[in-house]
Amino acid sequence: MNPAIRAKGAGNKAFVNARLIDPANQTDTVGGILIQDDKILKSGADVTADTVPDGYLVTDLNGACLAPGLVDMRAQLREPGFEHQETIETAGKSAATGGITTIIALPNTDPVIDDVAGVEFIARRARKVGLAKVFVYGAVSKGIEGKEITELGLLHQAGAVAFCDGIQTISSARLLRQALAYSTFFDGMIVQHPEEPELSKGAAMNSGELATRLGLSGVSPLAEVIQIERDLRLVEMTGGRLHFAHISTGESVEVIRKAKKRGLKVTCDTAPFYFALNENAVSDYRTFAKLSPPLRSEDDRQAIVAGLADGTIDAIASDHNPQDVDSKRLPFAQAAAGGVGFETLLPIALELYHNGHMSLLEVITKLTHVPAGLVRVKGAGTLEDGTAADLVIFDPDRPWKIDPYQFQSKSKNSPFDGRLTQGRVLRTLIDGREVFTEGA
Amino acid sequence: MSVMGPAADHYPHPHLLGIEGLTPGEITLILDRAQHYAEKNRSADKTSNILAGATVVNLFYENSTRTLTSFELAAKRLGADVINMTVGTSSVKKGETLIDTAMTLNAMNPDALVVRHGDSGAVKLLSEKVNCAVLNAGDGRHEHPTQALLDALTIRRHKGRLHRLNVAICGDIAHSRVARSNILLLNTMGSRVRLVAPPTLIPSKIDRMGVEIFHNMEEGLKDCDIVMMLRLQLERMEGSFIPSVREYFHFHGLDRAKLANAKPDALIMHPGPMNRGVEIDSEVADDVERSVIREQVEMGVAVRMATLEMLVQNHRKMGGQA
Repeated sequence: MNPAIRAKGAGNKAFVNARLIDPANQTDTVGGILIQDDKILKSGADVTADTVPDGYLVTDLNGACLAPGLVDMRAQLREPGFEHQETIETAGKSAATGGITTIIALPNTDPVIDDVAGVEFIARRARKVGLAKVFVYGAVSKGIEGKEITELGLLHQAGAVAFCDGIQTISSARLLRQALAYSTFFDGMIVQHPEEPELSKGAAMNSGELATRLGLSGVSPLAEVIQIERDLRLVEMTGGRLHFAHISTGESVEVIRKAKKRGLKVTCDTAPFYFALNENAVSDYRTFAKLSPPLRSEDDRQAIVAGLADGTIDAIASDHNPQDVDSKRLPFAQAAAGGVGFETLLPIALELYHNGHMSLLEVITKLTHVPAGLVRVKGAGTLEDGTAADLVIFDPDRPWKIDPYQFQSKSKNSPFDGRLTQGRVLRTLIDGREVFTEGA
Repeated sequence: MSVMGPAADHYPHPHLLGIEGLTPGEITLILDRAQHYAEKNRSADKTSNILAGATVVNLFYENSTRTLTSFELAAKRLGADVINMTVGTSSVKKGETLIDTAMTLNAMNPDALVVRHGDSGAVKLLSEKVNCAVLNAGDGRHEHPTQALLDALTIRRHKGRLHRLNVAICGDIAHSRVARSNILLLNTMGSRVRLVAPPTLIPSKIDRMGVEIFHNMEEGLKDCDIVMMLRLQLERMEGSFIPSVREYFHFHGLDRAKLANAKPDALIMHPGPMNRGVEIDSEVADDVERSVIREQVEMGVAVRMATLEMLVQNHRKMGGQA
């Protein structure tokens, strides 16, 4: 941004005639927003073309939706260590295209983010790139080896918003117990990848008819709920705050629903893969549909949709996991698991709205306000006066066909390849700067 | 010949990747042609030049003496030039990927690639990257179509049909591509398949493939026409599938006493190589009245001749563009 222009107030923008979705206040109205430099000055129904003060660049959105920029609480940026798959810069461009303005990155890089220097490195790189705001999870165990606990408190102080062991399950009951107990003194949160590792060893997909037909070793969907049930006992024992990432089975939803009723401090998220696809996407050994956790049965998919609708599942995260061609063009059992997700997060989540499972406001809330609250990132996921002008403007109805080769991400491994979908990001703003403009 | 109707007039596929997707007519077509070669193979004049000038590459990522020899012999008897490439699975991880190997071989313009690989789906993946005919010689635990075809030919020669038979497939179903291909073939042809194995060796939801499941050999073998034993694949087992070989033989090994539950004229089959004293007692394996295990090997060459001939000729007809 040119500071000279900013000084003259040309950085002041107004968007009017928008469908204003404000998840913090739970409102969905026609209105506008005033942006002064990098902050939201004011938003609401009373901001119209007639009330915008002088000195603002006014844009009429013709009824397009305006919401806080998406807060993606689970993504892999692959930098440092795997820059051939993604970098903070390519991830930032991809996120901007997807309307994401805040990313919480997993620590399973090389080196692992298990010390203060790592946290600071990511923060510095992200600032330099100047796209999405990037926060990190600190590793729970040193080197993600599942043995020794990291300096949770110092990591927290340095800016790690919560803790997890990347794509690994924290399988040691002792380690998880200590992490949960210790992190209570600064209200830290532990994020678990719930998959009982012994049961899932060597598995390539969900167990069941298709795995049997394809001759692939499968993991029972129960491996997820078995891990969750044990972990809930540890939450009860320690009073810690535990979040289950990308839950994928009906049993998990049921168990977490009951735990919440009992008042345990547990939350969970899921990724679009698990409410929009089932195991049949694997069809003929399609490695783009190899994910972790694996895609489940249609019954499980429907249970995940129900869990989102009734509020058991708190948030939606992209689970962005870039993999290069060589990691995917392999026999299924050898191929890497994971799919890119930034640029499909919003349209696939909007299917929940288009299919009548949730209101638009509810969908956006799970993509913004709720995840921001879980990781305690202040000023994100809201249209509150005075907060950063991180915004997404989108047309919820615009149809398009997903073509990964158009993605900004360095990797193209999307299981949604070729899917017809609805909902397109038109503009993304970060600190008042337009970092993505559709068609530009 | 079969209630399933006549043989198809031609084999319409560019590859043979599995039994899945084949019609009864196509299966009958292959078996009829294989029967022709079975007779020819017993005559003095075993060879022909029907595939003269064609190149067949046997690309084996898993060690196999029997299947590799069978394919090599089949191609040679048809007059094709044969190259055998045995690639240890470990060297794949070290260097060249499956796709690179496929592209390299493809550049040498073979007419057919016969591929065995330890991973399910690997042969299909390879078939997408080459423009010659691909024949699956076994992929992971997925399919082994020529084995099912040679089993079918053997059964048909003895029972005169492939429909309305009760076939018990016994043993290590979980790790067996042979079992999957046989289930598909026998169901397609109208026979009933039962699986007999301890619960840990029965893959999840396999009943959805249209089979009955038994854990007890005595019950599973009751009144069946065919007893198909599988090799216990200890090398593929991760973890404790069975407590011990001794216990396995005690409950699930085929011996005379358990065999007494089957029909008196039931055939004993085994895809080989056998673990004698593990899944089968030598006494029944070598019973000349009942065991057709050696004939299976013989039919293997005939079936591979028939399938290679069909695939290479299709490839030629399509101008080399599979």
